[in-house]
Amino acid sequence: MTDLIKVYKINSMTNSDLQTLISSWNSELEFSEAESQFLNITVKPEHLHELLSQLKSNTETSFDYLFCLTGMDWGTDLGVVYHLESTTHRHQLVVKVKTSDRENPTFDSVCDIWSTAEFHEMEVFDYFGIKFNNHPNLKRLFMPKDWVGYPLRKDYVDEVNMIIK
Amino acid sequence: METTFEKNSFKSEEYFINMGPQHPATHGVLRLLLTIDGEIIKNVEPDLGYIHRSIEKMCERDSYQQIVHLTDRMDYLSAHINNEAVCLAVENALGLEVPERVKVIRTIIAELTRLASHQLWWGVMGMDVGALTTYFYGFRDREMINDIFEETCGARLTMNYNIPGGLMFDIHPNFVQRTKDFVAHFKTKLPEYDTLLTGNVIFQKRTKGVGILTKEDAISFGTSGPVARASGYSCDVRKLHPYSAYDRVNFNEALFTEGDTFARYRVRIQEMWESLAIIEQLIDNIPEGDYKTATNAVIKLPKGEFYQKVETARGELGVFIVSDGKKNPYRLKFRSPGFSNLSALKKMAVGSKLGDLVAMMATLDIVVPDIDR
Repeated sequence: MTDLIKVYKINSMTNSDLQTLISSWNSELEFSEAESQFLNITVKPEHLHELLSQLKSNTETSFDYLFCLTGMDWGTDLGVVYHLESTTHRHQLVVKVKTSDRENPTFDSVCDIWSTAEFHEMEVFDYFGIKFNNHPNLKRLFMPKDWVGYPLRKDYVDEVNMIIK
Repeated sequence: METTFEKNSFKSEEYFINMGPQHPATHGVLRLLLTIDGEIIKNVEPDLGYIHRSIEKMCERDSYQQIVHLTDRMDYLSAHINNEAVCLAVENALGLEVPERVKVIRTIIAELTRLASHQLWWGVMGMDVGALTTYFYGFRDREMINDIFEETCGARLTMNYNIPGGLMFDIHPNFVQRTKDFVAHFKTKLPEYDTLLTGNVIFQKRTKGVGILTKEDAISFGTSGPVARASGYSCDVRKLHPYSAYDRVNFNEALFTEGDTFARYRVRIQEMWESLAIIEQLIDNIPEGDYKTATNAVIKLPKGEFYQKVETARGELGVFIVSDGKKNPYRLKFRSPGFSNLSALKKMAVGSKLGDLVAMMATLDIVVPDIDR
């Protein structure tokens, strides 16, 4: 059985190899392996799209599967967490992007890199009010169209006491 | 006098039709806004949120034991596997090793869940394309599994059998025998599924070459489970990231390359055979021992981020827990398989006929609570 499992993991890069390669593209990235099972990269919003498209197109990294896209509110910062996997090499990586602008948080959309991001970014917009540049159809996905506020933000006030007792 | 019956004088025009939210083929409250030109689909836009229950928000309020019980209200046909995902995430975060007995029982019940889900899907799939008999065949066999669940877990659909650290209680004394009886019974019935529906010429004409999703698109749209495997993308979490007892069983990943509705159908039929094989390998070898490891009454996860993925009947379910060390998560995200699979519907449907949309949606195997959460 273990042989079978090995077959699936071809040319998988270790976290330190990934870090060495990716840090050579951009010197402003922050790497961390603390408190997570993945290698985490924090990228500035202006470099986000460039980094992610390079992570997909580079043949050594080849992160072509975006398996999770999560909106986050870290208290002061709003942001997005991208969980990536390579379907050829089977290594995994997490990319984070943050902004302290709570009035008008905006990142570049990654719909053109992974089609699945279209729905996921709509969900993030719905819950956190994070806007995505170049998104083809950014609108509320689950909440009613006239809903006021972004319910998964930590400073959201649940006036009708629907969830938080 | 000008004739009005010349072909060119007819005007073709695009128009909207509304499908759902109450529609027998959408399997729940899913609404599709369709733009069609004659019978040809030009655009499909899902309108979601009809049964949105803000599960992710509720999770931020609840303790980890309580969260487990919310998850079987997502994809209710994979209830046990959803529970398992959260339990595994919590156990891994705590560094808790569960007894071997728990791993094996979890795996057997997970495979029974997958079988029950695929049986229901098969019955409904036939019904969606006009073969009503399949519905009764599927539900007849699914009933045996539900009886096993009822006896051991106390519930037929939302089982709530997993808890962080193990199982709620030990298996019923009849569990092993009844499971064996079911496997023997279903092995004789599964070939009937093929003779009734798979080989049917009308069925094949309605499904072959319809709703094709290429491997590139399947990966780009983040599809998983049978939908992705029908397009040739090998993505079985049970193989790639084995959990519970999947590291010790021998089974094949159902993989087809056509990417059409018929391939998605065949993946699920083959998966039923594989599930039977997995159960057969484990049912006689359930190790003795405890059915749970003791945990604290109040579970507090260490500070950090934890991701656990499992293979439900619909594909890859991810649980992403961000903990700040308290008794409830700071943020909890469910990456549900149905959500990503549904996003690929537009790619499959545009350009094909309206009548084929129902067959395509049947093989996406949509469970709307899983999408809306």
